[in-house]
Amino acid sequence: MMRSDTKRWAFSDLLRHVKSAPGWRDAVSSFFKRFPRFFKTIAFKVLALYTVAFSILATVFILYVGFSSGQIVRGGMMQLIEDEVELLVEEFERGGIRDMVEAVDRRSFRPNASLYLITDPAGRPLAGNISSVPPGVLKQPGMFNIQYARFEEGGEGATNHQALARVFVLPGGIRAIVGRDVSEREQFRTVIFQALRTSVVVLILIAVLSAFLLGRRFTRHLSEVSETSREIMEGNLSGRIPLSGSGDEFDQLSANLNQMLDRIEQLLKGIKQVSDNVAHDLKTPLTRMKSRIEQALRDPSDAEELKAVLESTLTECDDLIHIFNALLSIARAEAGEGQSFAPFDGVEMVSGLVELYEPEAEERGVELTSDLPEGLEIVGDRQLIAQALTNLLDNALKYGIPHMAGVNDVHGSENDPDAGPDASHTDRLGNTARSKIALSMKQEGEAILISVTDCGPGIPDADHARVKERFVRLDESRTEPGSGLGLSLVNAVATRHGGAVHLENVNPGLRVTLSLPNLSANKNKKLD
Amino acid sequence: MRILIIEDDGEAASFLVKGLREAGHTADHIADGEEGFLHAVDELYDVLIVDRMLPSRDGLSIISGLRAKGNNTPVLILSALGAVDDRIQGLRSGGDDYLPKPFSFNELLARIEALVRRHAPDETETVYAVGDLQLDRLARTVTRSGQTILLQPREFRLLEYLMKNAEQVVTRTMLLENVWDYHFDPQTNVIDVHISRLRSKIDKDFDTPLLHTVRGAGYIMKV
Repeated sequence: MMRSDTKRWAFSDLLRHVKSAPGWRDAVSSFFKRFPRFFKTIAFKVLALYTVAFSILATVFILYVGFSSGQIVRGGMMQLIEDEVELLVEEFERGGIRDMVEAVDRRSFRPNASLYLITDPAGRPLAGNISSVPPGVLKQPGMFNIQYARFEEGGEGATNHQALARVFVLPGGIRAIVGRDVSEREQFRTVIFQALRTSVVVLILIAVLSAFLLGRRFTRHLSEVSETSREIMEGNLSGRIPLSGSGDEFDQLSANLNQMLDRIEQLLKGIKQVSDNVAHDLKTPLTRMKSRIEQALRDPSDAEELKAVLESTLTECDDLIHIFNALLSIARAEAGEGQSFAPFDGVEMVSGLVELYEPEAEERGVELTSDLPEGLEIVGDRQLIAQALTNLLDNALKYGIPHMAGVNDVHGSENDPDAGPDASHTDRLGNTARSKIALSMKQEGEAILISVTDCGPGIPDADHARVKERFVRLDESRTEPGSGLGLSLVNAVATRHGGAVHLENVNPGLRVTLSLPNLSANKNKKLD
Repeated sequence: MRILIIEDDGEAASFLVKGLREAGHTADHIADGEEGFLHAVDELYDVLIVDRMLPSRDGLSIISGLRAKGNNTPVLILSALGAVDDRIQGLRSGGDDYLPKPFSFNELLARIEALVRRHAPDETETVYAVGDLQLDRLARTVTRSGQTILLQPREFRLLEYLMKNAEQVVTRTMLLENVWDYHFDPQTNVIDVHISRLRSKIDKDFDTPLLHTVRGAGYIMKV
């Protein structure tokens, strides 16, 4: 039996141990039969993969440790044997065979003694605690695994033991064997394998448990998401995924999903609001038109009257078309349709608008001022932003000027735009006042701020959020023509660009600021 | 002018045809896209009015087909799709102007007349003249009856556009698009004030008014 056998023994022992564990096969197969659905889940697959990988690694690790330790022990034994051989040879050289025999006898009866056998050239024992060895062992010197029988057992029927032994030949033909019983090693190996078996079982249990717990968390999170989604699809928009508070990836995912749900709820509310408002605010002019036409038809003899009714109907139609287009623009801007962002000269756009509105403002006795930087590139939709600013300017001219009787009558009917109000504006008290509307644009940090500030009554803080909704008109302005869509378009344009609209009462007057993120590639360069 | 209308809404088309004929033009109407395309290729028209949504061949495809054949008749596109992107798409396909529905007939009339005028080989003129009013595009000067009139740059551009389209109606929307480069409907009549200021400079102190208001349409520059 050669040294190389030791490795093969370890593996077959392992297999033997594993296979002999009572009934594990039955347990597993009955488990499989009872919960077929369980095995389709990701949780199970993760669990299985995890367990198998973990167990293989653990087993390999323990085997390696066992093997290395076995090697160390074996090495230790061999060293011990070699030391003893050296000693005995010394004794022999010093005092011949008699001294060696004495040494052997002395050592044989120590506790935990090594194994000794000294024979004459013919093989007859002279000393030692080995009673017999298989024939042929003594013939060849070297280190071997051998079988032997000990004296303590005595007689026939004594069990054979295994030993690691060194066979050597002394001058004169004397043969000697020094060895160590490998039952130590056997014990060691048994301990290792027991440990291995226990460990593997415990590890598998722990792996299963932890994979199960992890899988359960995973599965539970997924089913929470599914559950909430179903709730929402069934119409309950307020459902949100609960957070466990641990701040881990599941929580982050839940938080993001909740934000998405907030947005969806907001959009759906917007749609509902639009249809509610559309129903009311569009039906009003339509009803007006209808009753006027019906009335005219009741007495169609007056051609002039009919003509007047037709003309007013045409005007109402134009107003309605205007409202529809505004609603469409708002809806499109909110939905983010069409990526028509491009860089353009912001200063040119704003100064163009100021120039467009300046004569109109002057006609109303208003001074339109502007505070613009040297150059500012804006990346966005030029038409949308221009339209938003004209809405703000229109609002400022309509509502942002203190009302004095006789001043600020809306002029410019299509019939004769020349008949504007008198250029010199004086109020009842005889004062000539020039109201101011100020337009400013600047870059502040990562944002571009465009503000329109008027000098009117402002808007109560409580209404600041509301006025950005569609069709909202404050009571004070109900007498002016307008659809209530102006600010909601500005809001939609701002949102579309990733910015916002801020309202601020600056006594006297209102400042509306359109804040846009600066997406320009040249933001840190000044334009000449 | 000879006008071809390719529009599948029969009622809308008949109103158009009637209106155009009353304005003194010849108008033909075809309801099918493919048929309209073939007709436009075979016959000679001054301007085409094409709807985007048509059976068997859509408006933009008709236009690009015509351009591919070397046919450069000016085209006005009509469409319910009125967003800026739709406009850009329409013009890129080879259209010359884009009018969203619903539109005012006067707007349409003014625009097709401007299209035909633009098409005429007048681009190289450096001096526009209406009556005794003269505008020199290169020198950037305006004179009337020999007197120099000082105008702001924007006022100059406004007058230039009006005189370029002399004898034709120019709508407020056209002015906003061509003189200011904005494509939306202003609520307040901001354009009107610019016109009245211009008028006070070029018309007020002179005998004959040249800049007239056209009710329900816009303005016109003529003697």
